[in-house]
Amino acid sequence: MIGTARRKLVSSLFVAFCAISVLGALVPLGFVLFFVVAQGIRSVTIDFFLQMPKPVGEPGGGMANAIVGTLMLSGLAAVMAVPIGVISGIYMSEYAGTRLAALVRFAADTLNGVPSIVIGVFAYGVAVLPFRQFSLLAGGFALGVMMIPIIARTTEELLLLVPGAMREGALALGATRARAVFSVVLPAALPGIVTGIVLALARIAGETAPLLFTSFNNRFFNTDPRQPTAALTVQIYNYAIAPYDDWHRQAWAGALVLVTIVLVCSLLARLATRRLERMHAR
Amino acid sequence: MTLRSRDLGFRAGTGVFALALLLIVCAIGFELVRQSLDSIQRFGLAFWRTELWDPVAGEFGALPFIWGTLYSSVVALMIATPIALGIAVFVSELCPAALRQPLVFLTELLAAIPSIVYGLWGIFVLVPAIRSVEVATPEALRQLPLFSGPPLGVGMLSAAVILAIMVIPFTSSVSREVLKSVPAAQREGAYALGATRFEAIRAALYYARTGIVGAVMLGFGRALGETMAVTMVIGNNPKVSMSLFAPQYTMAAVIANEFTEAADPLYLSALVEIGLVLFIITLLVNSLSRLLIWSMARSGIAAMTAEPPARVAAA
Repeated sequence: MIGTARRKLVSSLFVAFCAISVLGALVPLGFVLFFVVAQGIRSVTIDFFLQMPKPVGEPGGGMANAIVGTLMLSGLAAVMAVPIGVISGIYMSEYAGTRLAALVRFAADTLNGVPSIVIGVFAYGVAVLPFRQFSLLAGGFALGVMMIPIIARTTEELLLLVPGAMREGALALGATRARAVFSVVLPAALPGIVTGIVLALARIAGETAPLLFTSFNNRFFNTDPRQPTAALTVQIYNYAIAPYDDWHRQAWAGALVLVTIVLVCSLLARLATRRLERMHAR
Repeated sequence: MTLRSRDLGFRAGTGVFALALLLIVCAIGFELVRQSLDSIQRFGLAFWRTELWDPVAGEFGALPFIWGTLYSSVVALMIATPIALGIAVFVSELCPAALRQPLVFLTELLAAIPSIVYGLWGIFVLVPAIRSVEVATPEALRQLPLFSGPPLGVGMLSAAVILAIMVIPFTSSVSREVLKSVPAAQREGAYALGATRFEAIRAALYYARTGIVGAVMLGFGRALGETMAVTMVIGNNPKVSMSLFAPQYTMAAVIANEFTEAADPLYLSALVEIGLVLFIITLLVNSLSRLLIWSMARSGIAAMTAEPPARVAAA
């Protein structure tokens, strides 16, 4: 039975290949995280968070302005994206069968797949060019556009998970549709939706491409929405491609801060979803 | 009566926001066309056949960028697809149940790391490593057009490797979902006929082929539009070349690099046209990919009507 032996061998080789391919994901992940921590940890100091960038050649300084910039940009994006995203999510789940819902679902998936650099070009056209000014507002707009489809789709999916009996119960008691949604269905799904929003925030806080020509950059502290503003990611980019060792160190520190934010958000979201899934399973 | 009219109000009120989402997508298309009209009228289709990119002389041809984008994405897929499918099969069919959740979490973490961090890692870790591989390439191989040119490190190979790493989590997580929708009876039938593990899984992969092609295309769509990491390692040289060692350029990278420098309106318009085409290509690739995954999921759902809803059961 040479045939059987060969088939078994092929099968074992295949299983081995699959097991090894897992390393194809874990090894790069390990390498990236290792270098970010190893290189970044030396430069993440109190100064990094509290100081402004120093002129070229002067060692030290930090990214205080960029960190505040990233917070403001993400905040602006959320202010724009959360209402549009959550309410269109409600529409897609409440009127799931309608043609508009299908169209909006398609639009959301399309928008989700649009390369971030193209979003940047769009935001430049509508939020920079007419005012002839790079601005915090334009950057927040670009990030908001990226955030909307993520929130819309998460909201829709989570609302559809709420048992139909809850909605029907509310309607049977004479509630209007709006009342049923806002007092019964939405609160049931709220923890999940908040988790989704946190994840979306973590993702857009790490975006660089849409900011390059919207919020641009700024060596100084800025809170004026009409002025260009530094962001952590753009600062990392500028420092990484510059020829100064001290800037490279700061870029690694910035990367460590970013990765930490993303990691913490993912872990929290995972814990939250686990609890939610257990709740729904009951 | 009042209840009904209030419900209509609710529908209209939420519908306006949903419509806003739709309008944003239309506005993106409209705005890109409007901004690139100059360049479209001036160069026409020749824009995509011309290799010369000389902003100083006002000559704009986008061939090097479309070439670089397609080449880097295809090479990235050639690296990423076997690995991603291997991971999907391992996680959904082979690994102990206790390992499943952690592995899913770790592969998805790969997707959560920001592009700029990959780029930074690429410049300071990956590029030097690739450079030493290139230096170590035997002279005989270096004669081939595929490996010609000086060993710089920055170039097509670095870009493809970093893209592959970034694409793996997308392809593997969709393939995993697709494999999950293959009915258990399919596998049990194969085992009952005396199939080995490989043969049973091959049958499942064949059953799921539509969805898996969709998953690979989804990865392709991601690779086409990826900007920062590629910009930082590909070398940014607008030259069409077969060589994996040669520094080249992509559509996304040229926009990222040159947009703020483009003082001349025609220059800006040419860059926006590149963005427009990138928008159209990714739109087509993503739509096709979703169509494939969706048709697979639907046939899968039809086949497992007897089972409880997958999502809740999984918890």
